Order: sequence, then structure tokens, then C-alpha cells
Amino acid sequence: MALIFHRGIIANSQFFSRSSGVLFRRLRASRSCTSARGEGTANTLKEELIQVAPKRALEPNTHGFEAIIGIETHVQLFTLTKAFCSCPYVYGSRPNTTICPVCMGHPGTLPVLNSKVVEFAVKLGLALNCGLSMTSKFDRKHYFYPDLPKGYQISQFDIPIATKGFIDVDLPVEFGGGHRRFGITRVHMEEDAGKLLHSETGSYSQVDLNRAGVPLLEIVSEPDMRSGLEAAEYAAEIQRLVRFLGISNGNMQEGSLRCDVNVSVRPIGQSKFGTKVEIKNMNSFSAMSRAIDYEISRQVLLHSLGQSDQIFQETRLWEEGAQKTFTMRKKEGLADYRYFPEPDLPEVVLTKEFVDKLCQGLPELPEAKRRRYEKMDLAMQDVLFLANDNHVAEFFDASLENGADPKLAANWIMGDISAFLKNERLSITEIKLTPFELSELIASIKNGTISGKIGKEILFELLAKGGTVQSLIEEKDLVQASLIFLIVDPAAIEALVDKVLAANPKQLEQYRAGKTRLQGFFAGQVMKESKGKANPLVLNKILGVKLKGES
Amino acid sequence: MPPPPVRSPSRLLLCHCRLPFHISPQTRLPLSHNSSVRRRFHCSAVSAVSALSSDPQIAPTDLTTTPPSSHILSIRESLLSRRRTAADVAGEYLDRLRRTEPHIRSFLHVSETTMREAEEVDRLVASGKDLGPLAGVLVGVKDNICTAGMPSTGGSRILEGYRPPFDATAVRKLKEAGAIVIGKTNMDEFGMGSTTEGSGFQVTANPWDISRVPGGSSGGSAAAVSAKQCVVSLGSDTGGSVRQPASFCGVVGLKPTYGRVSRFGLMAYASSLDVIGCFGASVIDSAIVLNVVSGHDRFDSTSSTHEVPDYASFLMSTDHFESTPLKGLKVGMIRETIGDGVDVGVISSIKAAALHLEELGATITEVSLPSFSLGLPAYYVLASSEASSNLSRYDGVRYGNRATVDELNSLYGDSRADGLGPEVKMRILMGTYALSAGYYDAYYKRAQQVRTLIRKSFKDALEKMDILVSPAVPSPAYKIGEKVNDPLAMYAGDIMTVNVNLAGLPALVVPCGFVEGGSAGLPVGLQMIGSSFSEEKLLRIGHIFEQTLPNYRFVPPLFLELV
Repeated sequence: MALIFHRGIIANSQFFSRSSGVLFRRLRASRSCTSARGEGTANTLKEELIQVAPKRALEPNTHGFEAIIGIETHVQLFTLTKAFCSCPYVYGSRPNTTICPVCMGHPGTLPVLNSKVVEFAVKLGLALNCGLSMTSKFDRKHYFYPDLPKGYQISQFDIPIATKGFIDVDLPVEFGGGHRRFGITRVHMEEDAGKLLHSETGSYSQVDLNRAGVPLLEIVSEPDMRSGLEAAEYAAEIQRLVRFLGISNGNMQEGSLRCDVNVSVRPIGQSKFGTKVEIKNMNSFSAMSRAIDYEISRQVLLHSLGQSDQIFQETRLWEEGAQKTFTMRKKEGLADYRYFPEPDLPEVVLTKEFVDKLCQGLPELPEAKRRRYEKMDLAMQDVLFLANDNHVAEFFDASLENGADPKLAANWIMGDISAFLKNERLSITEIKLTPFELSELIASIKNGTISGKIGKEILFELLAKGGTVQSLIEEKDLVQASLIFLIVDPAAIEALVDKVLAANPKQLEQYRAGKTRLQGFFAGQVMKESKGKANPLVLNKILGVKLKGES
Repeated sequence: MPPPPVRSPSRLLLCHCRLPFHISPQTRLPLSHNSSVRRRFHCSAVSAVSALSSDPQIAPTDLTTTPPSSHILSIRESLLSRRRTAADVAGEYLDRLRRTEPHIRSFLHVSETTMREAEEVDRLVASGKDLGPLAGVLVGVKDNICTAGMPSTGGSRILEGYRPPFDATAVRKLKEAGAIVIGKTNMDEFGMGSTTEGSGFQVTANPWDISRVPGGSSGGSAAAVSAKQCVVSLGSDTGGSVRQPASFCGVVGLKPTYGRVSRFGLMAYASSLDVIGCFGASVIDSAIVLNVVSGHDRFDSTSSTHEVPDYASFLMSTDHFESTPLKGLKVGMIRETIGDGVDVGVISSIKAAALHLEELGATITEVSLPSFSLGLPAYYVLASSEASSNLSRYDGVRYGNRATVDELNSLYGDSRADGLGPEVKMRILMGTYALSAGYYDAYYKRAQQVRTLIRKSFKDALEKMDILVSPAVPSPAYKIGEKVNDPLAMYAGDIMTVNVNLAGLPALVVPCGFVEGGSAGLPVGLQMIGSSFSEEKLLRIGHIFEQTLPNYRFVPPLFLELV
């Protein structure tokens, strides 16, 4: 199906002024490019997660003003089928291949609610500490646009499924850290619209309805954020939450998590809000942070120049290239969406049993995880890293269950394992290493069966090929016994130490004169002599005694 | 006209046991094995069938004196007994359709596969396989009900040439029961109107007087059954669109409880009011169709899971009527429907019908529904509001007519300006206004409150009464063009019916008398209203009423002329 109409249509529509149409096109075009190239691998996501915040230097100087930031987040749910029909949704599918008469808005079709949507909404509502509406309803929100097949969006208006909650956030250590609690105004269920694809030549646009009818949860925050960093951390926490809950992949590049940010600025001490500006088109948390900080600076500058009347209620787009926001459209009065109750769908009635069951089935959420890890005496940096990704946290928790030492397990995960994942562009769920083997590995090193160096080799073997620590040790013995099989016999090691000391009288003299750092040199020599087989613990112990000439 | 005396019980009969509809043991009216009954039935069945084939043995006058019999059952009987083939029956209907259609214009599309489908039924008969309850029955389907591969326009130019990719659930069920969709019937655009003059394509004439309207919006479906262009038909009723044309055309029209029949595939006008209903030449035929199309549908969340009884089985054994088969039945005559503004001829027909019910043993009490007059304005606010929303999808982007323009606003504006008719535009404007910020509370919300009141007043009345009766329309069919320029007068004609939709109740319209007009008088329909999901009771009462109603037979002059 090719739904084609002229490009000029868009530029001149009532929604966009002639001049801003260009910007809008660019936005949509860049989105369609994203889909074509299939970006947004798990790996790029991970990086983005780790480096959520902007550099400190970018934070705006607010000169006695404060910024008020509120965020509307759309989370695309990964239900098997769409919200109101049985079409699947697979990101990146060929245009108009996952559509049916219902999501195309054919005459006579009716929506039938996918019960998973309610389940997911309740889970998120509970996770956000919201009150649930035991009886809520759907409403129709009307506007005309080619990507909206029915001419209205099925949404929730005056009775959202969840209201009045909050979310706890830990700010990154490198930006000073700190704990914040942000209010959640509401969470409601709605359906996504399709997409417009604009031709290269610009002479026509096409409608792709694959996304039309995909379930969304819209999360509206209280205007509690004060900086780009806080806003980005809020969004990152929402992403963690939906991933931990298993209700969305939370992928920003694919548009599974979309944030619209409202920013206003007022002099500190003033209770009245300044004019609020909406910012869209931020495709990463770092872009979000930078966009907001740019916008705050822009508004503060206008305020301090006495030109606060030049701040308009408008929608601005973040342009990554320019690192600036630009006007997309000015809001001329409030749009009248003519909401009214959706007559095709019955009320959504929750039972206590249903809610209780979901409540009991909730996984441990990021905030609880962080507090738990904190109690293990892990550094905050480690806590934030481990609790950032539910799969990483699961891996970590599973290795602890097998008796691994928290600090050591954290080090392995954050160090070599994480580096491996990054190099190989894999997620922790895709590696052959099991949490059990990690705990075995840690134990084997701790009890002196293998050295840390050998441990590392085994780790990479486990990561790439799998297997068990035990079998690898044995296998290595068969192939390269000299490398692996440790000499633990003190007499044998003592003999090696004696040999090394005898061969290096000069260094021994220096050591005994107080240059104790030379112990490392001797240890290295002994290890070399043993071809790496000497048990380092035993070696160091014997070496220490011998160096001091106590025997 | 004073009602004639009730006939003796032996004359009150209709059906018999050889028909394939089984009587459940708990049937209130026991089945007769009286051979004379059987013979009589045969006679009546034959009369119906042979009348269609202009059997010279049956004088047309017989048609005006015999109680209406089930065309569905007689077709079934003749197929099972191998007396006629489905192709034969279909040929006859198609032949009559071709002869009458130039006068009546009830169809927007006539199927080209009717004969093929009928031959398919004959193969089934020959193979001895089980036949569906509607095998070989030709059904007209209102054009706002989707039929796969057949045009479905809702009477609107904006959907000219649109062929849905699916069958409406009701149509699917009809087909599964063996029915043959003979074509799509004319209607006021998207159901908005009471005459078919609002159709984007043509005006249908009333078979009783072709200078008059057949009513609407399901005017094509009513006229087609009246003129026997098809056996039964589907319509839709949002504010009276089945019942009003049934009354105008002298056929039985059934508006089921909201949610009884799936709306999936019915082009939405006002979703909270829309119901698919049916037309038949007899109550039994309507009951059989309702049997087939009723039931929960997973594609319509507002369809009811309420059990579907066998509506037709209760109508089988009228031969054992007592002299007062409706004894103990409490009938409430709605006072507000038989006063000012209602045609005197209509009032006297309805009063005569009430008297007839009384003679059948019912007690008639006048009841007042104080909120009755509020129904009309509330209806027009709610229906228009929902319509303004439901019709947003007709934008020319995905299907239907699209204006040739190079700018998005014009794409919407011109496609809709060109494709939608004036009545539809007016209602979209009214509805858009009623839903606008600042007006919502004064209109939509208030109308919803009125709706709650109306629901309650019906509930109260139906706790005291078994059924309520009223005229279906305040007047008989009026002239084509008479009210075209007076929309308020046309809206006022819906006063009898809209309240029932607001309350979501079932209602049955049965022809009950005539008033002067045309060459043979104009039919008047009696509306019987029951509580939710009481179709069974309504059909039983309607059936007894119809079978015992003396002297009037509702066969339009056009049909008689052509026979």
C-alpha cells in the first residue's frame, strides 16, 4: 500500500508555518533514516546509559534564576499485539506490513482493548508509587493528521489509570551525586500514531501505519526538575524502570521512549511560573540534558536582558548539529481536542485481586536495588553501574547467590566483563559466562587455586566459549600444563626463590638496605623462573621471609 | 377503525411441527399435531410462495386476508421438500427486483453472484447436507453494513466505490446461516435522515405510494422487504432508523437491545446508540434473522454476552392460543406519544391496536414518561457529537474519495466538502460545537444527564409494565420533498423512537393499521418497547398480535400491480 500525497501539503498545513515546515521535515526525515539504517543496537544504548549526563562545564549559569522543568514521557509497550487490534508491531518492518482494517481506521471497525496494556499500565503505576483508578475509561482526542487513521487518538483524559506518584533518582557521582525525588502527576494509556515518510525530492510524503495503534503509556511528571542533568536522570530512571518491569525496551533511538520537555525560567523567590517552552527531538539522555541547559541559558539571557516577553509559549526542536533549540511552531491558543468518552470501549475496571497479584509479581526495582547494593559497602559509582541495567543487576545478584564476594564480583563485572561486552558489542545476556562460573572463578582465585592472571585468561575463555572454571583448569593442564598447573609446594617455590636471590645479589643488597619496593622485582623473577606456575600467595610469603633473611 | 372481534382459537394458528425449528420442551405455547393445522400451514406457505411466482390459483386478494406467514420458513420447506430450488426462488426475487426497482430504487448495488450462490445452495440440498437456517434466503443489507467485495458506501459519495476487506459480523453470520446477500440498500447518508432523501446517490420511493418517502434512514431495506425484492433485510437503528421506515412501509422492524447484535462492520454514526436491526414481512422472519445475527462478538467490546434464546421457537404454536393468549400482560401506553403533534389517524390506529391487545387479554394502562420530551434534544446533541468524531476518518487519505489538491488542509477540506452531504455536514458542525471546550458541559454532559433520566424513567415504567406501546412515528409516510427544507420538522418525527435508543432498549414495530393516503391507504406501525434483552417477549407478543390482527394485510399496491 502506498499512500502518497504532496509534500507541499505538510509545509503549508495549519500545523506548521511555511518557514517551520522545513525543520519539521528534517525531524521526520531523520527519524525515517534511523529506521532505515536500523540503528540503536544494545551497545550504543549501553554507552548512552553509562554517560547519561553532560559535562559539568555545559551547565548553565543561572544568575539568580531558577528553571522549572516538567517532562511528558511516552513509553511504547512491547506487547505482542497492538493496543486495539491483533496486529504485531516490529520496529523497522517494511512500511504498512503490520496493519489491518482496525488500525487503518476502516469504516465499521471497532477497537478491542489488549488486556496486556492494562496490566503493564498497572505495573508502571505501582512502580511509580501512584494511586490507581480502579475504574478508568478511554476518551477520544481529536485532530486531523495523515498519520492518525481515525481522526482521533484513543487516550485517557480526565480519569487516567494512575495518578500522584513519585520516582527516586540518584544523580551520577561524577556530577556531585545526590538523591532526588520527583513527583509523577499521572500515567495514562493511549495508542501511537503512524509515521510520515517524506520523499527525497520533497515532492510527496507517504504514510506508514505500522506504528498506528501501538500501545503507549504517557507519564507526566510534576515540574520538579531544575536542571538538564536532573531531567536526563529522571528520564534514565524511567527507562530503567520500564526495562526492569519488562514492559518496554525503552529504546530512545527506536522511539520506544520519547520525552517532551517543558522548560520555564523565573527569578529565584518568585512563585509565578515563567512562560513555558516545549522542547522535542532529543534522541538521547545527553541530548536531553544539553538541550535543556541550552534552553535555560537562552531564557535566562532573555530574562537578564529584560526581554522575558520574548519568551513565547512554543515548541522548539533540539538540533544536534547546532547544539541549539529552534522554533518549530508557535502555539496560537490551546488546541481544542474535543475529548469525550470513547463509546466503543467499556470502562476499565480493576479488581483488587488483579492489582494485588501484579503487585506481588513486581520485580525488585532500580531504587530498591541501589539501596541494597549500597548496604553491601559498594562504592556509589559501582552501585549506580550495577543497578543501571536490569540484566547486569540480575547477573550480579545471581553471582552473589552463588556465594561470590560482592566487591570482587562488582569489579569483574565492571572491569573485564564490561570491557568485553563493549568490544564485542554484546549484552550481558548474550555471553557464555554464567553467574555461577563467575562466582567459581572468584572463589578459585580467592582460595589460591589460580592466580589473578590465570583467572583473567579463564574469564575470557568463559566469556567467548563458555564451559566451566573447573574443566578449563583441567583442559589447560592437558594442553599447556606448564602455564596453568600451579606450583603450590613451598619447598619447590623456596628452591626457585633461593635460585633467584642467588642470581641477583646486587638487588638483594639494595633491598636489605631499605629498597623494599624491589620485592616486586624478585617476585617477577621467581614467577618467570617458574614459567608462571608459582602460586603467587605462597611465593610472596616465602619471598618475604627470604628477603628479610630470616631463614 | 373499530377492531373486529377476536377470532376463535381454531383460527389463530400458523406453524407446525414439520418445520425445522425445534420447539423447546419449556415452550409456553404447546405444539399442535392437529392435522388440519398442518394442512392449513401448507396452504399458507404455498400461498406465500406461489404468490411470489404469480400462481394463478392464488388470487391476490388472498394476500390481503391471510395473516402474514414466514417467507423464510416457506423457502426452507420448499427446498427441503424439493418442491423448488434455491435458484428458482432467487430467480423469482431477482426478476421482481428488476421490475420494481425502477419505481422504488431501494438498492445501491445488486449482487452479481446471487444466482451462483443459489445454485450452491441447491448443490447443498442435493448432497443432503444440513442446511443453515437461512439457506437460500435473499437478504438485503443496508449500505452502511460492510460486505466483503461488495460496495459499501453508507449512502455517502465520500465512500463511492469503497469495497470493504471484510464482512460485518452480522453479515458473516447471515452467510454462515446460508443466506445470500442480494444487494446493498439505499439509506440516508451515514444514517442521518428519515427519508432516504439524504442519500448521496438516489431517493427510494415508498412501495405504498411512490410519491412518498419510505422513511429512513434504513428506507431501502424497508422498501425492499415491502416490495418483496428480498426476503428479509438488515438495517441499523440509531434513533429510529429501522422502526420509522418499518412503519412507513408496513413491514415488521426490530431494533434489538443495544449490544445484542455486534456492531463490528457497521459504519459508526453514534456508537453508543447504533444497533443493527432487521426487517421482515412477518414477526417470525424477524425473529429468525435476529436468532442468526445475535450474540457476543470478540470484535465488538460493547456486544453483550447475554445468552441468546431461540427467538423463533416461541412463535411456532399459535394454534393453541387460548381466546386470550395475552392474558395477564400489562401494557403501558405512553401518554406523551398519543397527544399533540401526532396525526389523528395514527392515534386512532394505535388506540385500535391497543384495543386489540386488550381483546387478546392484555390490560392497557396509560403511563407517563415525564422526561420523554427531553429525549429529542438530548439525542441530537449526543448523536451529533459522536458523529462528528466517528466521521473524522473520512478524510480521503486511506480510502474513499480524495480531492485533487496539493496542500494538506485542502486535502481534508475539499475531500470532505465534496464527499459529504449537507445533512451530514450540519450534524458534524453541531457535534463539533457541542464537544468544544467551554460548551461540553452545557451540551454533551447535560445531554448525558438527560439520558440517565430517560433510562431511569423507562426502567421505572417497565418495572410496572411488561411492555410499553406507542406509535412508531407521529405520522404516516409523507411526500418526497415535503420536509427536505425543514430539518426541524423532520427531527421532530423521531420523537417516538429516539428515547428507546437513549435507553438502549429493544423495540419491535408491527404494522397495525392504515390511515388515508395513496391508492390503498398508508400503513401505521405499532411500537412495542421492552426491557433490556426482552426481545423474546416482544417477538412473542408481536407475533400473537400480528397473527390475530384481522382484515389488514400489509401488501403494498405496487407489489399487487406487478403481480
